[in-house]
Amino acid sequence: MVDTFLFGGMPYILIMIAIVGSIWRFTSNKYTWSSQSSQFVENKTLFFGSFPWHYGIITIIVGHIVGLIIPQSFLWWNSVPVRLYILELSGLALAFLALFGLLALIYRRLTNTRVKALTSSWDVLLLIVLLIQVVTGIGNAIMYRWGSNWFAAEASPWFYSIITLNPDVSYIANLPLITKVHIFNAMIFIGLIPFTRLVHFVVINPYKYLFRPYQVVRWYSRSEKTPNIVQYK
Amino acid sequence: MDIRAQLSMSFHMDKCIGCHTCSVSCKNVWTTRRGAEYMWWNNVETKPGAGYPVTWEDQDRYRGGWEVSGGSLRLKLLKGPGKIRSLANIFFQPNLPTIDDYYEPFTFDYQHLFNAPAGDDQPTARARSLITGDFMEKIVLGPNWDDDMGGSPLYASNDPNLKGLSDSQKEMLTKFHKLFFFYLPRICNHCLNPACVASCPSGAIYKRGEDGIVLIDQDTCRAWRFCVSACPFKKPYYNWANGKSEKCIFCYPRTETGQANACAHACTGRIRFVGVLLYDADKIEDVAKSSDERLVEAMRDICLDPNDPKVIEGAIKAGITQDWITAAQNSPAYNLFVKWRIATPNHPEFRTVPMNFYIPPLSPILHDSKAGSGGVFDPISDEFFNDVDKMRVPLRYLANMLSAGNEQVIAESLKKQMAVRMYVRQQRVGDVGESKVKSVLSDVGLTAQDCEDIYRLTALGTFQERFVIPETHRETMTTVEPRTMYEKRGTIGFGTKKQHLVSRTW
Repeated sequence: MVDTFLFGGMPYILIMIAIVGSIWRFTSNKYTWSSQSSQFVENKTLFFGSFPWHYGIITIIVGHIVGLIIPQSFLWWNSVPVRLYILELSGLALAFLALFGLLALIYRRLTNTRVKALTSSWDVLLLIVLLIQVVTGIGNAIMYRWGSNWFAAEASPWFYSIITLNPDVSYIANLPLITKVHIFNAMIFIGLIPFTRLVHFVVINPYKYLFRPYQVVRWYSRSEKTPNIVQYK
Repeated sequence: MDIRAQLSMSFHMDKCIGCHTCSVSCKNVWTTRRGAEYMWWNNVETKPGAGYPVTWEDQDRYRGGWEVSGGSLRLKLLKGPGKIRSLANIFFQPNLPTIDDYYEPFTFDYQHLFNAPAGDDQPTARARSLITGDFMEKIVLGPNWDDDMGGSPLYASNDPNLKGLSDSQKEMLTKFHKLFFFYLPRICNHCLNPACVASCPSGAIYKRGEDGIVLIDQDTCRAWRFCVSACPFKKPYYNWANGKSEKCIFCYPRTETGQANACAHACTGRIRFVGVLLYDADKIEDVAKSSDERLVEAMRDICLDPNDPKVIEGAIKAGITQDWITAAQNSPAYNLFVKWRIATPNHPEFRTVPMNFYIPPLSPILHDSKAGSGGVFDPISDEFFNDVDKMRVPLRYLANMLSAGNEQVIAESLKKQMAVRMYVRQQRVGDVGESKVKSVLSDVGLTAQDCEDIYRLTALGTFQERFVIPETHRETMTTVEPRTMYEKRGTIGFGTKKQHLVSRTW
């Protein structure tokens, strides 16, 4: 019953909160849509936090998404044991990299008075959620080995059942507690997006930078929106 | 040819007294908010001096501006071809200045003066950080920390413009009879090839087509901070409280209605001039790629003569209205920079094609103690006109700062300023000699009328002569928000309601 609520009902509630909340904040309060970088007030510890954290966690999240959407790809890759070890070990290494970064970031928030002054309660909540997520993730990888294989048999079907609006919690029901915490916490993370600085990756705009010319010009009197002065080679 | 208009400010450094009235009026109008206390969109620096933020001109440290590599322009920040390198640094920027390079904003605990219990000592007002709210041990930096410290080996010797000066020239920092300093008022240059715009991953920064003002779209900015790193003049500032970058907006809510900018309006020395330049946007890239020697000349070439019928015709075709063309014809910026060639851009070698111009300051002829004068220091030359290179501020120093190292550009400006002085002295006092004035004028290539005009504008200029700012006719422009003046109400020029700017909720 509890499982049905947590993994059959809550995903919809939290995803709806994320979508509706993000649209609401984007339309009503766009000014606050920011990564809220604090590098400007402290940049020494940040180097040891931000770099490892972002590079570690982004790679792992991409791995999770690929696994959820095309689990066959992982099964194919893992069919040779050596490749399985390589995948799991590099995943674990990246997770430790992210954990190291996250701990550095938490240490920085706790000790630097300037950063502390800029910390909102949402930031604290977010750091707790992230820490739980990374620790349970590493716990999973170590205690219940070869997750990249059983992921395809447990999490992916459950994910499909959720997105096809036919939730089937039986895939999740028998998983160990630490895995359940990992999955539920991930949903909390998604639900937090509209209320925290996490919005910085929702409408990701930096990718446009790679394709646009350097200069941007906006006209008030002309219909075309942003013609550019110079095309650099 | 793609004719566009640009609002441009010029500064007469010879008249700047370093009173900071401009900075204070700018601060009172725009940056008295939380997170913006440390920002001085307009600031005045003593030169030689380290500046604000400290040694901002040192691009080996900050990597701002552009460089020409392999025949094409690259942002220095990217350290090589391709923008991907830039995005790779999005989580941590190695070249970003921190608040310690500007100063930690502070206030004083004045209430203590009234509330302190009776005691043996006078109560004091201790400094309190505006970031943390804690008392500060001591204040170590401020926006004009080395104000008037032009001769200080501690501050002024860090000035990057001193590179290339000989040891005897560097004595302007240490020897009393050689000492001289002057002031450099700075606002955003609203460049034609802005590095901040080019570096913004969000595309939040843009140059306005109609008047060339560079603005940051506060709703699109995501605090990636590239503009702060990329701008060689360090004029975009990061609002640490709200997580958005902000910069000088050329007081566009004022200029749009034909009013002078807050800084220019307040200037007690009347050193500032605001006017319109017409330029050919097709040539920007060529200008930015010019060799150091030719940079100032190339920037003058890109500005079009507003009295040329062909230019007028082209401007009308490009949608520039008649009042803007008239303003361009009376523009102090065009006259000072292009027609009379006495103003030069600040650090053109950063290749952003900056659009503010500076009239380099004159300084006294060097003194020396001559035998027989009893140890009294006399000028080493009485020939004030020809010996601009014997002035206390070395040409090389001014050239490093105002002409990408081209001393001739500076010498031309200084000589012209001397020529105007001699011409007017001959008119008023009559002790220079007609023939001498004539030879001096032909030497620098000015006519008597030019001298009258320069004298008129720089010494007597009225408000209307110094600020020739056409209205923007915003009421006819409906493609960009805020669409109506009603929506603009209470947005303090940001396009965002004020209450959002006050505090961070998320």
